[in-house]
Amino acid sequence: MSQANAFMKDMTHTQAWRAVCARQDLVLNSGVVALVGNVQVALFYIACISGTPQLFAVDNRDPVSGANVIGRGLVGSLAGDLVIASPLYKQHYRLEDGTCLEDPSLKLRTWPVRLNGEVVEVGVG
Amino acid sequence: MNTTVAPLDDVQTLIVVGNGMVGHHCVEQLIAAGALARYRIHVFGEEGQRAYDRVHLSEYFGGRDAESLAMSDAALYEQAGLTLHLGVPVLEIDRARREVITSKGCFGYDKLVLATGSYPFVPPIEGAKGHSRLVYRTLDDLDTIRAAASQATRGVVVGGGLLGLEAANALKSLGLEAHVVEFAPRLMPVQLDDHGGAALKARIEALGVGVHLSRATQSITQGEHYRYRMNFAGEEFLETDLIVFSAGIRPQDALARQCELELGPRGGIAIDEHCRTSDADIFAIGECAAWNGSVFGLVAPGYQMARNVAAQLCGQEAEPFFGADMSTKLKLLGVDVGSIGDAHGALTGARSYRFIDEATASYRRLVVSADGKRVLGAVLVGDNSYYDTLLQYAQNGIKLPADPSSLILPHSEGAPTLGADALPATATICSCHNVSKGAVCSAIDGGCSDLAGIKACTKAATGCGGCSALLKSVFEHELTARGVAVDKSLCEHFAFTRQELYAFARVEKIETFEDMLSRHGKGHLGCDICKPVVGSILASCWNKPIMDPSLVPLQDTNDTFMANMQKNGTYSVVPRIPAGEITPDGLIAIGAVAKKYDLYTKITGGQRIDLFGAQLHELPDIWAELIAAGFETGHAYGKSTRTVKSCVGSTWCRYGVQDSVQMALTIEDRYKGLRSPHKLKFAVSGCTRECAEAQSKDIGVIATENGWNLYVCGNGGMRPRHAELLATDLDDETLIRYIDRVLMFYIRTADKLQRTSVWRESLEGGLDYLKAVVIGDSLGLAAELEEQMQLVVDRYECEWANALKSPEKLKRFRTFVNDKSADPDIHFVTERSQRRPARAHELNLIPVEEIAR
Repeated sequence: MSQANAFMKDMTHTQAWRAVCARQDLVLNSGVVALVGNVQVALFYIACISGTPQLFAVDNRDPVSGANVIGRGLVGSLAGDLVIASPLYKQHYRLEDGTCLEDPSLKLRTWPVRLNGEVVEVGVG
Repeated sequence: MNTTVAPLDDVQTLIVVGNGMVGHHCVEQLIAAGALARYRIHVFGEEGQRAYDRVHLSEYFGGRDAESLAMSDAALYEQAGLTLHLGVPVLEIDRARREVITSKGCFGYDKLVLATGSYPFVPPIEGAKGHSRLVYRTLDDLDTIRAAASQATRGVVVGGGLLGLEAANALKSLGLEAHVVEFAPRLMPVQLDDHGGAALKARIEALGVGVHLSRATQSITQGEHYRYRMNFAGEEFLETDLIVFSAGIRPQDALARQCELELGPRGGIAIDEHCRTSDADIFAIGECAAWNGSVFGLVAPGYQMARNVAAQLCGQEAEPFFGADMSTKLKLLGVDVGSIGDAHGALTGARSYRFIDEATASYRRLVVSADGKRVLGAVLVGDNSYYDTLLQYAQNGIKLPADPSSLILPHSEGAPTLGADALPATATICSCHNVSKGAVCSAIDGGCSDLAGIKACTKAATGCGGCSALLKSVFEHELTARGVAVDKSLCEHFAFTRQELYAFARVEKIETFEDMLSRHGKGHLGCDICKPVVGSILASCWNKPIMDPSLVPLQDTNDTFMANMQKNGTYSVVPRIPAGEITPDGLIAIGAVAKKYDLYTKITGGQRIDLFGAQLHELPDIWAELIAAGFETGHAYGKSTRTVKSCVGSTWCRYGVQDSVQMALTIEDRYKGLRSPHKLKFAVSGCTRECAEAQSKDIGVIATENGWNLYVCGNGGMRPRHAELLATDLDDETLIRYIDRVLMFYIRTADKLQRTSVWRESLEGGLDYLKAVVIGDSLGLAAELEEQMQLVVDRYECEWANALKSPEKLKRFRTFVNDKSADPDIHFVTERSQRRPARAHELNLIPVEEIAR
């Protein structure tokens, strides 16, 4: 119910959601990559102690190497933050807002993301 | 009599003449001792700059400016009661009126410290003037040399001593062709002996600096091809555009002569052990002073005198000056040179050990006492890593080891090194600032907890810096001795080492990361440090396929996708080629795959073929074809067994004594897929010629007439280490059992990402201990280690074959979960008939071609 309400509310705020893949496509505690328009979005599906896994959408492009590899990094938690480690040069980025822990001038773009039933939707626009 | 603090009108005037390194040090020591409460201090410097580091003067041409060479912040001299007069030479001293006379007027003094230093000696040579009579002493001199060099191509330094070689380095860094002309028959005649001089000459000549010994310049005339010609005896000559004289120093004692202070027999202001001159109110320190007739041309004795005078002037106990150790450690033109104590073996009964390596022009001489118990002196050329230990032996009279030559022989296993714990508390760590080991210990006890703090607090290693390494080792040793816990936690989730986690996994039969985390860790997710470590431990223990769903999120990307990620996000693929043996059909199959997927191919150092440029979604197809052609995964992506390199051995080679290829195949087949703390490389050579380079591998096997010699814990790479002989003449079965034991013992006890070489060096008891465990079974572990290895061997399966059978696992090998296309941002260009990743500047050319496709 509440999810439906949230959905309605978001619609009124002109948040456009685009279905990108199925929940089945996600890998728990790891990442996959979806093509949203011409943007590569890395989707991370992280188990939570409370039950429902959390979902995050960040830019797949690694700003340090310029390669599209973030979705293939290792997820972890550091000092309370959920982070993704770039598989090439090992910088850590906060999944919440994309900030790089080692170099605050680096940032991954992030997008709203949700599960609508079994469908993964990314907020665009 | 003054009792405590002098009242203000009783403040005396102290004048320091000279603001070089020693004069400056004296001022620093005075301030530290509270002199500003007793004296108003005037410091006169002839030069325009405040005291700078003359020891590192040649760095002025290497990009350092005057300010960065300065000995202190300008603020030091801006304190009340302290006045620095720069560019104001003292012209005369009137001892009767107790005044110094300068161009800016007269200044009365109560106490006077002369720290006027020295000046370069220029022998009287006919025709020496202007650019043929340059000197190398001050920053102004350097500016003059720089200006002269701008119109020059070749420069000569007269004098092959310490300063002359420094000057040659300066000329070289100015881009000149540099030559050194020395009167004596060898370089650095004071510090080095003949062999040492020869080694230094060879090294310096190899750097492109001309060295001309036993040459006395008789006159300088106009040159034919260069500006000047230096004429030597016997019609020999050398032409050059500029000449720098660095043929020794002379004490700057002109003021003392003028005011009729007593001088040393060979010049210099005569001082006693309290640095007092013949006038009780005048002191002299540094290179202008002569104690017992000798002038000390190094900074450390000068500092010693400065400390002495500062303490006396502040009514504190002062350590008298009874001469100084002239031991010195330098890098001249990038060449290590060290000289300790009686370098020439001049003392009665002195005996020498010498090590000469003509191939690399290295030389070491150890001079010991007649009874062979103490170090008297040493000469080092080419490698100063021996210096600290030898100096400690010499200075502290430490008893020599049974075989003194081991102190200068090339470093090898078992050579006694003098650890920080062997030094007495009185041992000098930093001779520039006279910091003893005891002082370092008190600083630690006083709360200094890092190396920077120790340096700031004691000033150790802030002079010439030569003692930095020794200071660090003393500091670390003392910290450990004080039981300061060095945090060995793996990461914020596990307060344990890899070894401890390994023990948990085995003892408690832990098979998943979640189980390990909930029992021994914090949080619920882990991080990119602990996840791969635990993943590796679980694989080492239980050898479950790494693509098991519970293990997937633990692996680093290379293990997850079973390929090696390259800089542009594509992967390289390495099929296993056991022992480097491959059939023509195998080669054709690999070639066909590479051609089909347009992969860049390169032969690896481990006798395999690396295929580069595969995208994620191509990996399963590529592997399906490779597996169909009979290949298995090569584990090039894992911390695991990589390759077993071999030579052809007795099968083909006329020298081979065993079938090295067959043994390599046996070994590779047994250990393939073995996960370990770091990668493992093996090699098998068929005879002692060692074509497979087994002695640079973690496990090296070399054939003998009677079987196999087993070498362990070698390494190539960044820090090469020669493998060590563990056992000789083994039969096939014993060889394998020993390798089982070594590897499993390593997997059990090594730290994360620790290669066997570093692990071996960390084993207390060294190679003998390892032999005892592996051969003598001293821990009673042998059977268990073998059993454990057998479990891992029995559970082996090709990870790629396993993954290809599971649609669920293949799901991950998609570049995009919602699109079949490849990554549009990956671009290649062709070079030498193969593709390679496009470089940034090539990218804007490519899109046109892509669209046309």
